[in-house]
Amino acid sequence: MSTLDSKVPKGDIADKWTNYKNKIDLVNPANKRNIDVIVVGTGLAGGSAAATLAELGYNVKAFCYQDSPRRAHSIAAQGGINAAKNYQGDGDSAYRLFYDTVKGGDYRSREANVYRLAEVSTNIIDQCVAQGVPFARDYGGLLDNRSFGGVLVSRTFYAKGQTGQQLLLGCYSAMNRQIARGKIEMHNRHEMLDVVKVDGKARGIIARNLVTGEIERHSAHAVVIASGGYGNVYFLSTNAMGSNTTAAWKVHKKGAYFANPCYTQIHPTCIPRSGDYQSKLTLMSESLRNDGRIWVPKNLEDVEAIRNGTKKPTDLSEEERDYYLERRYPAFGNLVPRDVASRAAKERCDAGYGVNATGEAVYLDFKSAIERYGKEQAKLQNLDNASQEKITELGAAIVKAKYGNLFQMYEKIVAEDPYKTPMMIYPATHYTMGGVWVDYNLMTTIPGCYAIGEANFSDHGANRLGASALMQGLADGYFVLPYTIGDYLSHDIRTGKIPTDTPEFEAAEKDVKERIEFFVNNKGTHSVDYYHKILGKIMWEKVGMSRNETGLKEAIAEIKALREDFWKNVSVPGGSDQVNAELEKAGRVADFLELGELFATDALNRNESCGGHFREESVELDGEQKGEAKRKDDEYAYVAAWEYKGEPSEAVLHKEQLEFNDIELKQRSYK
Amino acid sequence: MSQESMNLTLKIWRQANASVKGEMVEYKVSEISDHMSFLEMMDVLNEQLVAKNEEPVAFDHDCREGICGSCSMHINGESHGPDKAVTTCQLHMRSFNDGDTIHIEPWRAKAFPVIKDLMVDRSSFDRIQHAGGFISVNTSGNTQDANAIPIRKEDADMAMDAATCIGCGACVATCKNASAMLFVGAKVSQFALLPQGQVEAKERVQNMVAQMDKEGFGACTNTGACEVECPKGISISNIARMNREYLSATITK
Ligand SMILES: Cc1cc2nc3c(=O)[nH]c(=O)nc-3n(C[C@H](O)[C@H](O)[C@H](O)COP(=O)(O)OP(=O)(O)OC[C@H]3O[C@@H](n4cnc5c(N)ncnc54)[C@H](O)[C@@H]3O)c2cc1C
Ligand code: SF4
Ligand code: FES
Repeated sequence: MSTLDSKVPKGDIADKWTNYKNKIDLVNPANKRNIDVIVVGTGLAGGSAAATLAELGYNVKAFCYQDSPRRAHSIAAQGGINAAKNYQGDGDSAYRLFYDTVKGGDYRSREANVYRLAEVSTNIIDQCVAQGVPFARDYGGLLDNRSFGGVLVSRTFYAKGQTGQQLLLGCYSAMNRQIARGKIEMHNRHEMLDVVKVDGKARGIIARNLVTGEIERHSAHAVVIASGGYGNVYFLSTNAMGSNTTAAWKVHKKGAYFANPCYTQIHPTCIPRSGDYQSKLTLMSESLRNDGRIWVPKNLEDVEAIRNGTKKPTDLSEEERDYYLERRYPAFGNLVPRDVASRAAKERCDAGYGVNATGEAVYLDFKSAIERYGKEQAKLQNLDNASQEKITELGAAIVKAKYGNLFQMYEKIVAEDPYKTPMMIYPATHYTMGGVWVDYNLMTTIPGCYAIGEANFSDHGANRLGASALMQGLADGYFVLPYTIGDYLSHDIRTGKIPTDTPEFEAAEKDVKERIEFFVNNKGTHSVDYYHKILGKIMWEKVGMSRNETGLKEAIAEIKALREDFWKNVSVPGGSDQVNAELEKAGRVADFLELGELFATDALNRNESCGGHFREESVELDGEQKGEAKRKDDEYAYVAAWEYKGEPSEAVLHKEQLEFNDIELKQRSYK
Repeated sequence: MSQESMNLTLKIWRQANASVKGEMVEYKVSEISDHMSFLEMMDVLNEQLVAKNEEPVAFDHDCREGICGSCSMHINGESHGPDKAVTTCQLHMRSFNDGDTIHIEPWRAKAFPVIKDLMVDRSSFDRIQHAGGFISVNTSGNTQDANAIPIRKEDADMAMDAATCIGCGACVATCKNASAMLFVGAKVSQFALLPQGQVEAKERVQNMVAQMDKEGFGACTNTGACEVECPKGISISNIARMNREYLSATITK
């Protein structure tokens, strides 16, 4: 086992980035014109990187599978983006944001990277406002903030419930300016299917034109992977339908280590599945837990009665309800972190208390909040003898002002009125903290190949705080990568254009074509979705919110068997030289079937509970924390970076030991 | 009323690619639950087709929660179907009844050529944005502090409302002139309402309108159909604002 060099610069944590930037090699403007950079993915990370690299003078070729960069999955982010601006004067600072992020990540992230993230966060807001991003403002015309995810300061900037959309449209506009200048060559409806290495360095990609089916070679002096997360390995997740791991997995297979694949965030407040036809899950903002109380019935007879329609949730008295978060975590109650809330919901549903037909739903109830706000309003309006009806009306108006758009979204999907009957929620896969391993420069273990945004293993450790993914994507793309990549490219000023008529491109293209031809010619019996759904079920049941050795070993064997069956019996209608969505899915699912196994292997290796990764074998045995997650800092305070060796099961583990010089390690407690 | 199992007849536009003729083809689907989304119903159909080794119906989609703007179906003569203020992916089968026949077609507009089946080429929208849909500011890391210029809340809110356009193209598909004025007006308005947008305001509106005309979108005759079908409720007042911007740009230039 080797140790990995994270290339973290020496010196005081607060000065590292500034000092490092001052010493980094630069490329002069005239030379930048001779350098090409490929950016795969145009979400917040890739879009911001592509625009900034083009502004600096590099020739950028950007790729996305959608018909426009404006449609990347980042568009769906709702809640907001963090930045240590301290506009509210509530004591926020770069250090505090750094501290919260490291702690939130359960002490499994790299201190120096997180500090830099917190440091550049303030520039992001300035940049976005200058681009015309319409963040929410107060009546004085200044930017408004909300508090998010149980932190003690208000540092989250937002644009209604559509923050991701507005930030992405900001990136998109910056890209458009560069497309118009000819500095970005945009390849929409293109999917990267392999990376090409020449003399050990990343020098290009093979991509498929998703309209014509043509397989294309593209060369560059460096390749940036910004292809997002791999949550869709679970089939059902809050990610977009096309979100995939292909680009990240291909670079892994060519030499980039894959770090902490088992770190996944399962978000507690999503709309439950309604049937087997379900294609994706919808997130309901976390902010709902500020006012909603989570419960299931105390008695199984009531559960039965609710499921068969003889009782309604509103028929149950207070005594007949189990507010299990308030019961188990009196200090934090309904506001425990995402992973704790998710596991608690699963525990109740596994015990048979799930309140819908699938048995996978708990209530999120606003009755108390409506009552409380109603009484408050009645008092404010001097209505001494307000009727119950009036109180409910007044309270509902306040709840509507706070969460109206979410309630409406819920009603559209579920066709129930959450003002009158409690919402149903259930956890769903939402974000993947794991990803391609990168050093301080955001470079992978392939020279010249970088990974940014959700695609890298990044700054969130074992668990990500709300509103921090958008921050990280834009920090990477606007303010970190454009500097660090220059250090590498400064050695390429005399290289000249990278030719594509070389044996390396030839070989990579041949592999890609063979695989495609296999899919369209295979006389199989099962659709791609058939396999994807089975994989998702294995992952959800055995590598989901709570994991144990037996289950993980079963999962590894089952995924392997499923993969073998896939390569025999998958059926892909249609040809390769046309639009073929089944073919696109086949390639993605083939990669998920490999990643899934490595994911389970990593979860098996990490016999501790930390952040989103909960091992049933690693719990506190007694004391106040009995039954809660037990982290093992002595054994596992490292990043697990896996090297590909032909089969996921043969992957070799490399450890990057994590050092905490600026923050003291503590056990989380929410009791 | 809840219907757990509907049987439906679908008449769907099938067209192999841009250079061949298309036609409406009839399909049957059964056991459709009213909890399904419209696209999940399409998934059921496509699984049936794949099982018979036939080509599934091609359509654009990604987020399936009404924000990416990918989905784009003309359903029973309406862009994004019968419900108001929703995209195709947010439409649910409870809006239909057992035994219904549903007509599904792609967006129809000269500037949106069909790629395959229900999938159209909306790159003309991107090219309009390349022409001026941005503020020229570099990512230097020393842009002035975000609170240096206060912006009236009303203006910020109005800019936000305009900025929520998802670029789906329903406005064009529903307009008898296939005009893109609502889409372009939304972007022009967003920047016109913000101080940051002022410096390039004149060039922006002129360049974007010129590109829009070049792409072959029709003229606006104020029918208001676009506003009715827009899933994000973009108001036609944005078109009026763009017209004012355009007028003042041409007079003073
Ligand atoms: C519903 C939802 C709400 C969220 N809300 C928040 C929030 O409030 N705050 C927050 O901070 N975070 C939030 N997140 C998380 C955050 O949105 C994502 O982590 C982040 O947007 C990821 O950005 P990205 O640029 O890394 O990747 P993405 O936005 O996923 O972009 C990936 C890009 O890669 C391209 N691509 C992928 N594969 C290929 C390939 N093989 N070839 C070519 N191109 C490819 C795609 O076309 C796309 O352009 C939310 C996530 C979800 C699902
Ligand atoms: S204005 Fe409305 S209908 Fe037109 S593209 Fe934007 S969101 Fe779609
Ligand atoms: S699929 Fe994204 S808006 Fe419909």
